[in-house]
Amino acid sequence: MENTTLKNSTKVLAPLGLVAFVVALWWVAVTTSKSLIFPTPGQVVLGFVELTQQGLLLKHVLASLLRVALGYLLAAALAIPLGILLGWFSGAYITVNPLIQLLRPISPIAWIPIAILWFGMGDSSPIFLIFLSSFFPMVVETTAGVHTIERQYLRAAQNFGACRLKLWSVVIFLAALPQIIIGMRVGLGVAWLVVVAAEMIAINSGLGFLIIDSRNAGNRYDLVVAGMAIIGVIGLLLDGLMRRLERLDVVRWRYGH
Amino acid sequence: MGTKITVTDLWKVYPTRNGSLSVLEGIDFTVAEGEFVAIIGPSGCGKSTLLNILAGFDWPDRGAVALDGKPVSGPSPKGIFIFQTGSIFPWLTVQGNLMFGLNGLPRAEKKRLADHYAAMVGLKGFEQVFPFQLSGGMRQRLEVARALMVKPEVLYMDEPFGSLDALTRLQMRIELLRILSRQRHTVLLVTHDVEEALHLADRILLLSARPARIQSVVDVPFPHPRKLSNPAVVELKEQILRELGVEDAV
Repeated sequence: MENTTLKNSTKVLAPLGLVAFVVALWWVAVTTSKSLIFPTPGQVVLGFVELTQQGLLLKHVLASLLRVALGYLLAAALAIPLGILLGWFSGAYITVNPLIQLLRPISPIAWIPIAILWFGMGDSSPIFLIFLSSFFPMVVETTAGVHTIERQYLRAAQNFGACRLKLWSVVIFLAALPQIIIGMRVGLGVAWLVVVAAEMIAINSGLGFLIIDSRNAGNRYDLVVAGMAIIGVIGLLLDGLMRRLERLDVVRWRYGH
Repeated sequence: MGTKITVTDLWKVYPTRNGSLSVLEGIDFTVAEGEFVAIIGPSGCGKSTLLNILAGFDWPDRGAVALDGKPVSGPSPKGIFIFQTGSIFPWLTVQGNLMFGLNGLPRAEKKRLADHYAAMVGLKGFEQVFPFQLSGGMRQRLEVARALMVKPEVLYMDEPFGSLDALTRLQMRIELLRILSRQRHTVLLVTHDVEEALHLADRILLLSARPARIQSVVDVPFPHPRKLSNPAVVELKEQILRELGVEDAV
């Protein structure tokens, strides 16, 4: 491909340049339109500094990350084993898959009223919503990962008389792992999307709360945009973290080397 | 030499949308202990089906396969199957693949054996490498080594070197003969390459076009190492090609 000939420095500088350009455009647009509410990038940076000094930024970030961690890990712990079982046992698949396909298109946001009904206004509701949002991509990808295991590997395992433990751990799980990791990456991305929305319902911490609260408490749009920027940056970092998993030796065979 | 494999009146029919498709019709033969038998036949004649049935991966509609006098009821480590597309696990290292088939040994012992077999097929120094970092020939040698690790009584090879280039294929044949001269195995080889069969086998079964019957059995009496340009070998090759109906090409 053409981009292999690009220098590494270009790969970093070009996207940074674009971001700088968008920020500059934003700055010019706000200044020329003389908007009283929409903040300039400078004001957002000042808002960011203010949040950091008050220790609020760290508090909100940690609150959101903790909710994501709990909901996401719970989802992974259930979705991956379930996905493997559905991929392997066709009876389970034909029974359970239609229900999954029925529930999957329902946005986690639509579950908010039910979450409040079941879990109240505390931390459990957003955790439940995150669980829901990341559960489906993980179960679907894991199932597909097991479905697409090439037959010759299963034949070889059978031929060598692999015991059940070896069949499940060394053959089925590892063969499906590349796609499980894709599911985990998609799941984490969706979880991070949803945490912000989930925190907009009457909770007193988290980045979603920060955004809504900043608007309600005196139209502090500098803080709103600062919160949005932080969400973007953390989302990027989380995705980068998941991409590192794709470079593990045991899965490199699937992703191209 | 005792009889290792007995194939009695094997029939196989596949149901298709347009009625049933008869693949094997009354296949009978025996393979002696330590014998190398090649199976040649026209493309799509049922060679692979036959080998799959022998190894226990498929079932005949009629007839029986016996290994050491006992009916074959499914695949087992007694007979390892090697096929063209390969079944080396790409997520395990060379060493991990070699150790896969070993059960119930201490880990250190498994490692020692794996290193021994890696060296035997020329993969010394590659123990910690993943298969995608190996060439096609090295991968196929790994496949053979992994099979030999479990000391199988029979090797079932379905066009094992078919995906390799001509030169690598020739090297693999020489390598296989070298290994077999050190530790004898009964081998069944399905191939469409007459030269390969003449190079390796003690006996060649020629199958007819589908539905497959055994058209003739050719003994290959030449001692190893064989020279394929030897006039007697060339003559036998021409005879086999004539039997397969491609005499004009010779």
